[in-house]
Amino acid sequence: MSPTRILFRRELASYFATPVAYVFIVIFLLLSGAFTFYMGGFYERGQADLQPFFGFHPWLYLFLIPAVAMRLWAEERKSGSIELLLTLPVTMGQAVLGKFFAAWAFVGIALALTFPIWITVNYLGDPDNGVIFASYLGSLLMAGAFLAVGSCLSAMTRNQVVAFILTVVACFLLLLSGFPMVLDFFRGLGFPQGVIDAISGLSFLTHFNAISKGVLDLRDLFYFGLMIGFWLYATTIVIDLKKAD
Amino acid sequence: MIETRNLSKHYGEFVAVDRISFRVEPGQVLGFLGPNGAGKSTTMKMLAGFLTPSAGSASICGHDVVDSALAAKRLIGYLPEGAPSYGEMSVRGFLEFVADIRGLAGDQRRRRLDDVIGRLSLQDVVQQSIETLSKGFKRRVGLAQAILHDPQVLVLDEPTDGLDPNQKHEVRALIQAMAKEKTIIVSTHILEEVHAVCNRAIIIARGKVLADDTPRALEARSRFHQAVSLSAENAQAARDVLVRIGDVAAVEIDTQDQRVTAFPRPGKAIFGAVVEALKANGIQLREIALEQGRLDEVFRQITTTAKDAA
Repeated sequence: MSPTRILFRRELASYFATPVAYVFIVIFLLLSGAFTFYMGGFYERGQADLQPFFGFHPWLYLFLIPAVAMRLWAEERKSGSIELLLTLPVTMGQAVLGKFFAAWAFVGIALALTFPIWITVNYLGDPDNGVIFASYLGSLLMAGAFLAVGSCLSAMTRNQVVAFILTVVACFLLLLSGFPMVLDFFRGLGFPQGVIDAISGLSFLTHFNAISKGVLDLRDLFYFGLMIGFWLYATTIVIDLKKAD
Repeated sequence: MIETRNLSKHYGEFVAVDRISFRVEPGQVLGFLGPNGAGKSTTMKMLAGFLTPSAGSASICGHDVVDSALAAKRLIGYLPEGAPSYGEMSVRGFLEFVADIRGLAGDQRRRRLDDVIGRLSLQDVVQQSIETLSKGFKRRVGLAQAILHDPQVLVLDEPTDGLDPNQKHEVRALIQAMAKEKTIIVSTHILEEVHAVCNRAIIIARGKVLADDTPRALEARSRFHQAVSLSAENAQAARDVLVRIGDVAAVEIDTQDQRVTAFPRPGKAIFGAVVEALKANGIQLREIALEQGRLDEVFRQITTTAKDAA
């Protein structure tokens, strides 16, 4: 078995060894349900789709994903176990990937547990299941990007609260840059369309919305892949720089 | 085998480790001594591949700790300072994780796990989560992790810190049992430990090697080496007799317990002369001893003169 897989298994098990996993999953399911039915007007819309469900995911992730990501490295540094981990025969890349994939799989499990809503909408009407599948995929990719940002910022500090706040802010900015209000603001300032597109192109929101319309454009998938790769690579650099203090 | 050449670590202006060179062979147990903040842990972290040296190099059995880091890490068993581990895991779960990462499998994996669990007497706690264990058990879990893959090289950062005297004794016995075929570095600031397990000692302070010798030879640097100490009915009378012996350089009386100590001139043995002189003068002795030298005094002398010089 490769070191990445061994680390992945250990990390994933560690989520379930503490109440963290159960609290996260319950809160995630409760909130995503509440948003969908009360704020999203799931019934009132009279449409058999999951737009109101997925529409709130970016905002739900904004607070819940940093809570998962904050412990990735900050805790290792605080407890000193990072010294143990990095003196075992594993490379930095394997350590970063193993931990990241475990966090991602964990969020994936939480996301998969929302399946009753997929069943519900199929029971109530005749939705486009292709779109729903694409939305789930988009949501998972976006969660991965959030986690990769969180992984990097968590490596910067040994304090989990600081890691949490930094990640929320960074992810908020990355979400915001695709928000119509923000883009209109820049448009109002007279920026050319190219700049506006670049700002919007950086956003999780733009790409997530594109995927959740059911259009699996390679560019959107590429964007999330690139985001994840970039932030994970940054994680290895930050760990190298900061592990001594 | 461990070899370092001008190994250095700088943090900005601050020099934590300053051009340290040494070589440790299999069969040697090297005691790494020094005041807190001397650079012991930093040196060990570089050997273990956690920190990257700022200058110089270190190698484990010929594998450079930077250029062939993985090969070096496979050969080394490392107990970090404070014996960190994953608190939420059970002892068995944690050791199995390390065994997997170390590439142990099948029969060998089971044998090694049983062996370290037995050697460190962890049988009764294997199912407990590590965070619920006492300090002594946590340290033993850390040691178990370090020796799990039967490494050729062991780097142990304060292996007996926080253990009670019985546990200290067990850990020292463990180190001695492994000493024959392995290369071992132990850091400590407990000087009695050096006697108990090490056949070589390096004293470092402010990142520099100040002494590198056997514990005996270090003791011989003490002014107490070959001194004779005694307690007599009449300390003053004993003193008056001793100062007249030719090879005695000085005589001191401890103000607390009235113990009399006679220091020899360099290279002289005075035990016989002292005994005879006391007998001839009818001094009543309660007890008399030949001193081997005091490591703590040598340690203090070496590390504080370095500070004065700096």
